[in-house]
Amino acid sequence: MLVIPTLFGAAALVFIMLRLIPGDVCEIRMAGDGGYFDQSAITACQEELGTNRPLLTQFVEFVWGLMRFDFGTSMWTGQPVIEEVALRFELSLQVAIMATIVGVIIAIPLGTISAVRQNTWIDYVVRGISIAGIATPAFWLGIMIILGLLMFTQHFLGAPWMPPITYRPIWEDPVYNLSMLIWPTVATGYRYSAVVTRMTRSALLEVLREDYVRTARAKGLWDKVIIRRHALKNALLPVVTIVGMEFAFLMGGLVVTEQVFNLNGVGKLFVDSVLNNDYTMTQSLVMLVVMIFVMVNFFVDICYAWLDPRIRYS
Amino acid sequence: MQSNRMKAVCAVVAGVALGLGAGSATGAETPKRGGVLNYVVPAEPPGFDGHRESTFAMVHPIRPYYSVLIRVNPDNPSSTTDFVCDVCVGKVPEPTDDGKTYTFKIRGDVKFHSGETMTAHDVVASYHKIIWPPEGVRSHRKAMFGMIESVTAPDDYTVVFKLKFASNAFVPVLAMPFNWIYQKAVLDKDIHWYEKNISGSGPFIFKERQAGGFMRGDRNPNYYHKGQPYLDGIKAIIANKQSLRVQAIRGDRAAIEFRGFPPASRDDLVKALGKEITVQESVWNCGISYVPNHKRKPFDDVRVRRALSLAVDRWGGSNYLSKISIVKTVGGITYPHSPLAPSKEQLQQLAGWWPDLKKSRAEARRLLKESGADLSKSYYFLVRGVDQPYKIVGTWLVDQWKSVGLKFEQHTHPTGPFYAIQRGTKEFDVSIDANCNSVVNPLVDTAKYLSADRASNNYGQYIDRDADAIYDKMLRATDVNEQRKLMFEYNKITLDTHANQSFVLWWHRIIPHRSYVKGWKIGPSHYVNQVLDNVWLDK
Amino acid sequence: MNTNAIAVGLPSANAEIDLVAPRRPFLVSLRTWVRNQPLGAISLFVVVMTIFIAVFAPQISPYDPVEAHYDTMMQAPSATYWLGTDQYGRDVLSRIIWGARTALYVGFTSAILGATVGLILGVGSAYFGGWVDLVFQRIMDVFLAFPLLILALAAVAVFGTGPDKVILAITFPFVPRCARVVRSGALAIREMPYVDAARALGYGHWRIILRHMVPNCMATYLIMLTTFLGQAILIEASLSYLGLGVQEPIPAWGLMLQGGAEEYAESAIWIAIFPGLAITLAVFAFNLFGDALRDTLDPKLRAR
Repeated sequence: MLVIPTLFGAAALVFIMLRLIPGDVCEIRMAGDGGYFDQSAITACQEELGTNRPLLTQFVEFVWGLMRFDFGTSMWTGQPVIEEVALRFELSLQVAIMATIVGVIIAIPLGTISAVRQNTWIDYVVRGISIAGIATPAFWLGIMIILGLLMFTQHFLGAPWMPPITYRPIWEDPVYNLSMLIWPTVATGYRYSAVVTRMTRSALLEVLREDYVRTARAKGLWDKVIIRRHALKNALLPVVTIVGMEFAFLMGGLVVTEQVFNLNGVGKLFVDSVLNNDYTMTQSLVMLVVMIFVMVNFFVDICYAWLDPRIRYS
Repeated sequence: MQSNRMKAVCAVVAGVALGLGAGSATGAETPKRGGVLNYVVPAEPPGFDGHRESTFAMVHPIRPYYSVLIRVNPDNPSSTTDFVCDVCVGKVPEPTDDGKTYTFKIRGDVKFHSGETMTAHDVVASYHKIIWPPEGVRSHRKAMFGMIESVTAPDDYTVVFKLKFASNAFVPVLAMPFNWIYQKAVLDKDIHWYEKNISGSGPFIFKERQAGGFMRGDRNPNYYHKGQPYLDGIKAIIANKQSLRVQAIRGDRAAIEFRGFPPASRDDLVKALGKEITVQESVWNCGISYVPNHKRKPFDDVRVRRALSLAVDRWGGSNYLSKISIVKTVGGITYPHSPLAPSKEQLQQLAGWWPDLKKSRAEARRLLKESGADLSKSYYFLVRGVDQPYKIVGTWLVDQWKSVGLKFEQHTHPTGPFYAIQRGTKEFDVSIDANCNSVVNPLVDTAKYLSADRASNNYGQYIDRDADAIYDKMLRATDVNEQRKLMFEYNKITLDTHANQSFVLWWHRIIPHRSYVKGWKIGPSHYVNQVLDNVWLDK
Repeated sequence: MNTNAIAVGLPSANAEIDLVAPRRPFLVSLRTWVRNQPLGAISLFVVVMTIFIAVFAPQISPYDPVEAHYDTMMQAPSATYWLGTDQYGRDVLSRIIWGARTALYVGFTSAILGATVGLILGVGSAYFGGWVDLVFQRIMDVFLAFPLLILALAAVAVFGTGPDKVILAITFPFVPRCARVVRSGALAIREMPYVDAARALGYGHWRIILRHMVPNCMATYLIMLTTFLGQAILIEASLSYLGLGVQEPIPAWGLMLQGGAEEYAESAIWIAIFPGLAITLAVFAFNLFGDALRDTLDPKLRAR
């Protein structure tokens, strides 16, 4: 499959990039704040982690491990990468799914209305809200949300309340889980819905001008029927693409939002391991994200084929 | 005499620090049992072995699960001389044999969480791992125990430390919060076991870890300090962003954070919560400084280095920097409340600590002119990319040096690349620096200012045998007064006469916490007093 | 038919068609455009204002944005300091004005670089087709699969911090995104009969690419450019928030949020609000402008 070269390319790219980043995980671990440290301890650490072996050896070991699904141990904590990532993956997945649901439920109707009533005040309002969603920095929005919650609850309920800062899976304690994840969902979902709304609108607009729609209109079919049967289905093609791309982005790209809400997710792990020069963890995370991207693309292609018979291919 | 005045000042400060505490200084409250203490920690511990690691991010969540031989008195952590026994019996013993032998008696009732009773052999095995680790085992503070000749257990409940020479640096080194007692049986089977597992003899038993999320433990019902711990359990929650840690305390998702908050956060919390917040403050055993690179022109010229120091207004800076940053106290390279610290009058003799700022800066300009330094060039100032206090003090320092005509360009790097440059390539003219240590031990803490071939954390790349000689004499001196005199000499040569490195300000530890947390008292180090066995919740 | 060429007023391959749609005087076109695209007009105004502020920052800014004044720390907005001062005593308004300069410098450079390189690669790949296209697509896929911020983060970690390095870091993720979009458009054009005709006539590769294919991708290019502008400003703000973007004491909106925002969010809320507003407004305007541009340039989207 054509996926293999992509994966190999990604593996090589991340390996090279990480080795170029200055800094050493052992130094960061041992250095403390300028106080006393033991140079031989650092050297011993490097021996143990294998960071002073020739690069080619390290690369071969990395790729060989990938092929056997052995992702190694984190250089920072010493625990197996899979264990470290599993929990974060669960959390990121939940936020991604929730944000997708929120985003899509809001976006498709809004985008449709906006396209059908192009250049009316509804269109302007929807476009204004959407662009605001894309323009507002996500972390600023998150900061304002938390601050707002604290101040609001203190003012009206007497005691300040903020979302929980530790994670419990949704099947263990749904109320707790949702009270924590609803806020990042809102902060992210706003931007997500904005992007999808715009795409829905422009895709629908394009389709509505197509010849076959004009023909159907000339024939006298109702607008609603035309939209629902013909236009929407074809407009969904680019919309599905963008939903897929945004979902893949949410799995690991939510770096800043996770920092703001203290979500123990893949994005936060990414930043931490890059800043700690934890090669094994970062490499594995990147491969994970690339795999997700490839899988989402594959899924989107299937949706394409289902939505538009013209595109079906073996 | 200076020492009496110093001691009085220390007593006052200690009293103030205690008084700002939760009222338990007045002593009348009886601790209540029960409750779980939630506290926030800035980072994930990289490993669980206290002998190996050095970061406080490991100490805060994991220290409560282990015991040590002696420790700083948890009811008086701001003292630099008050050490008490943890698993030993009675008081910290006086040395015999001309100060070279220390004999400790071990309690008979210390049980490991796995059930076995602790004996002297466990203590000896742990210290052997710390001081003489076998091949492939890392011990971070190995060199600090250089004065120890042997550690033996003549019987099941006695441990004897024999030193090569008498040293009053020994007891503070022994009291370091990293010297955890492990089980000999476990070490014999797998010496690396404690790197990934937690099982000790401390007041709490480790129960659960959520990777990147939290670590929690429950009360140890067989704890040997009877009646303690008061808490049912502890939970250390990992929260990277400082602002989130502040918000967590405000929203009561956590009750306390053990590192320290900047002044603005303290003010916000006090304004928002009033009586529900208690603030404890203390001088921190951390200092921020800068180090000139002696291998770069013109900083190889002592006149230029002195000019750098003379340009900095430490007394005034303390005033306004303490409003926006976690620095405050003006001092030399010695912890200000230690018996060896120079007095204010002595400090004011050093270049850069003169009370007259105008005179300082005039002298700085004169020295720069005399040395012929190139003032049109913009020099490379390496700064670590952490806000508190590095970036803030760094920005301020650039401003200070500008006032005498020296132009610097700030190059801020995140921690990893920062160390790569500071330690690796050394491509900087001046670098920001810090000196953070655990138990206050001025003799060990000031080893940083020795020649570069003796101190691995000296980034100035210089050799100064005169400074080394003073230090060695000070280390061997047995009389505290003699040591204090030599310490001032050491200060003078490092900061003034040779201006090898410099010192700016001592950090200031501010811990605002929920008022229902009682029993915990602030000390000068965020590594120390984290056992949490005397903490209780007034709820 | 080469309808796109007519719409953007560029010379087409078929000279006769030019006669059908004569060009109107510029001011009349502008007035019509403002009437048809009110949102676009407003956003254009904001964009022009931002550029004006950025270019004339030294003249307009009331105070020095870099010099610290420790006696005027954290003052509320007043007549002397319209938007207040930050924790170093620097005027917030001046820093926002100069911050526009940084934002536009970083934004424009990385957007233009990224979009242009993406344009060339995308068109080239579509034109040459075959295994060149296949290999190129795989390579672009690899870069696309990396989350935008991670790529920028890694680039910053490798090259260091500072405005020039940040530009490089932000350009990185833009190239494959632009290339991919341009390529799908260029593929359609490549199938046009006149391209084959041009080749049959013996025109060189570069002539065909530059004269026929690139002009027809101009609309896409411009749209991607304006999108990237907004995104670049946001990415720079995120990178600064993480401490990896532009460094002190350079005035930059994201950096202002990182340093002061959360710590002083209650005691000195003006430190947090105004930079955030500036970012939102600028990105908003650029995006809206890009929208209006797309509506204008793509005849299929014009309301009948």
